[in-house]
Amino acid sequence: MKRMGVSAVFVAILRRDLRSALRSGSEWANPLLFFAIVCTLFPLGIGPDARQLALLAPGILWVVALLASMMATDSLFRSDYDDGTLEQMLLSPMPMYPLVLAKILAHWLTSGLPLCLMSPLLAVILQMPMSGVPVLVVSLLIGSAILSFIGAIGAALTVGLRKGGLLLSLIVLPLYIPVLIFGSAAVKSAIDGVVYLPTLALLGALFMLAVALAPLAVAGALRISVDQ
Amino acid sequence: MATALEIRHLYSERDERVLFADLSINLRPGEILQLAGPNGSGKTSLLRILAGLSSRYEGDIDWCGQPLRHQWVDYRQRMLYFSHGSGIKPQLTAVENLRWSCAMRGQAVTDGEIYAALDRVGLGGFGQQACYTLSAGQQRRVNLARLFCIDACFWLLDEPFTAIDLAGVAEIEHWIAEFAEGGGMVMLTTHHPLAIDRPVIRVDLGGGIS
Repeated sequence: MKRMGVSAVFVAILRRDLRSALRSGSEWANPLLFFAIVCTLFPLGIGPDARQLALLAPGILWVVALLASMMATDSLFRSDYDDGTLEQMLLSPMPMYPLVLAKILAHWLTSGLPLCLMSPLLAVILQMPMSGVPVLVVSLLIGSAILSFIGAIGAALTVGLRKGGLLLSLIVLPLYIPVLIFGSAAVKSAIDGVVYLPTLALLGALFMLAVALAPLAVAGALRISVDQ
Repeated sequence: MATALEIRHLYSERDERVLFADLSINLRPGEILQLAGPNGSGKTSLLRILAGLSSRYEGDIDWCGQPLRHQWVDYRQRMLYFSHGSGIKPQLTAVENLRWSCAMRGQAVTDGEIYAALDRVGLGGFGQQACYTLSAGQQRRVNLARLFCIDACFWLLDEPFTAIDLAGVAEIEHWIAEFAEGGGMVMLTTHHPLAIDRPVIRVDLGGGIS
């Protein structure tokens, strides 16, 4: 019997999760549609005044991206838990950290990344000045990854509950707030023409912290959720 | 032969109801153990404890003479737990599912080995079909194919006969006997009377050991 290294197992999880997400469709399309629809509703609700919209655009884009990301979070471990493949993962002789990291990465690639790629288009709809768009994309790239990590902790804690949706948002939303503050502040600074790099750097620091610690918390939470 | 799995004075309760108390079981290579008992008597709970998924117990579990909690990695490489969940992703094909299951164990398999396992469970021609297009019994067989492509010496089978036809039940019994013949250990729960021409230890969780 040939043994696989940790990196090969990491790739196997990533490929399997991406495949099943792409085949089921709704999993990655729903948050994206939500993001697009809500963002296009704002100009209709607030009015087409370009100056007013431009002022609100960074906040709107960030808040809606955050909600869309939270929507996607619940499905992270749900189907694996229901069909029993989560148990197979927990019974792996491999260290849990890389396995959980692969799952979160796959989830981000199907939920967070599409949001980031679509955000410039929605920024145009919301009349955001072009000077803010690159920073918006970068802040969303880092920020949505942090949201995926935090969301994974909440999803792991609530996966054993039959109706965990509301509890999940209560656990996760307070932890999302720093990301929202720094993310939208960076975009506003870029639009106002003041320094935005320190704010982005803070987001980067949060990201590093999440990468280092969140998978450990997720692995522990999954073990507790399955132990019943 | 030396005892591989030794359970001493195991106690577990659920919702303040005692499932089993002072349960002691020894299992040696080549032995088959059937857990019996009415619904809710703790069969699945015991298997989950032995799989390492549940920590709701008191007592000692030894693996190869050492406490189990000191050797999870070794134990997980050799133990195969077959839960009563489907264990497969419906969107993926049988081959993709099995390859992932093997990867979870850190085990590299070739396509040939996966197709051989599917052949054995009677799904030779279904390897490239998405599992949701298969019947419940066939999906169960995809999950059973794990027994043949994963390298293990201890099978923990939770209701392996669910949704399987009569001929399939006889086949699974044959596989279990064959596996035990080769030195494997099997612990399974089922309500179905086993027709295996090897001695089967029967543990009744509702009552005592017979």
